[in-house]
Amino acid sequence: MSASKAARVGEEIWKGRVDKVNAELVVLTYGTIVAQLCKDFDSDYVQVNKQLDKMGYNIGLRLIEDYLAKSNTMRRCSNFRETADMLAKVGFKIFLNITPTVTNWTSDNKQFSLVFEENPLADFVELPDDGRAQDELWYSNIFCGVLRGALEMVQMQVEAHFISDVLRGNDTTEMRVSLIRYIDDELPPEDD
Amino acid sequence: MSYYFVIVGTEDNPLFEYEFGTSKAGGDGQARFPEQARHMNQFIVHSSLDIVEEVQWGTGQMYLKCVDRFYNNYVSCFLTGGNVKFMLLHQPPSSSVSSTSNPRSSTSTIATNPMSPQTEEAVRAFMLEIYESWVKTIMNPFYRVNMEVRSPIFRQRVAAAGRKYL
Repeated sequence: MSASKAARVGEEIWKGRVDKVNAELVVLTYGTIVAQLCKDFDSDYVQVNKQLDKMGYNIGLRLIEDYLAKSNTMRRCSNFRETADMLAKVGFKIFLNITPTVTNWTSDNKQFSLVFEENPLADFVELPDDGRAQDELWYSNIFCGVLRGALEMVQMQVEAHFISDVLRGNDTTEMRVSLIRYIDDELPPEDD
Repeated sequence: MSYYFVIVGTEDNPLFEYEFGTSKAGGDGQARFPEQARHMNQFIVHSSLDIVEEVQWGTGQMYLKCVDRFYNNYVSCFLTGGNVKFMLLHQPPSSSVSSTSNPRSSTSTIATNPMSPQTEEAVRAFMLEIYESWVKTIMNPFYRVNMEVRSPIFRQRVAAAGRKYL
């Protein structure tokens, strides 16, 4: 599917087949989770990032099913570039109504960046001014886990992490996604 | 005119303080409280809280206008829905004290007459703008109720509102 077609599909599904929810509800709910994690882990932000990623992973494992059902594209992407386009233009579109830009491909087509012009999780947010959060906390780290979980279910092992965030004072919010390998279908173990 | 703006939490604890001067009529935005009286600002505003509590249930308004006066200091108040109080102390320069002899005069500018209707309107606009920023600030998930507001962005917005209206 071409990038422009993907954008059209995403738009169409968003308009017709998705239940909408108040944006502030999402912001406050996610914000509370992150704030509570920071409290529970005594501001050990490395741990908080890990937990967010884990939560996202568990969401992703199941969200992919919903994505496939809604998008109705029961066809494998022919290459990783197409995967990236579908991710940004259909996946993010139908669940969050945003379309991050896919950019900065490496020459082997295995690594790209998602640049978020807007981030519906981060409205109103200012990171704690304890001098560490700005350097250690990846506030929206749940996204990384979601991608990892969702792509794993469709036979792609990826690694995702943020490399910049406007909340930290960077100019952009950018996530780096790298394909590690396609997971081969494995035969189930023999019965005997 | 010099201003001292403070946000008071629901337990009468200060959450945010900011001092500034008028930017109207050629003012440079610097507060000019007399050095020996500057520390009194907190006391004056604190004592006005009693009056605020007296009148706050009577009007049904969020903006209570000028609630208190202590010599040449005037205190205006704006209440948020959560009973957080925005208090603004204004002090006209002492040279213009004579204008207070006619406090409802509508000819004087907001820079000199803290009781004029223009001043009331300017303070209302100032308070409403801060209220808007305030709501955004306390929506930050890392903010807890009655916690001191340290956000530099909020401070900038208060400063901008001060420059714009006062």
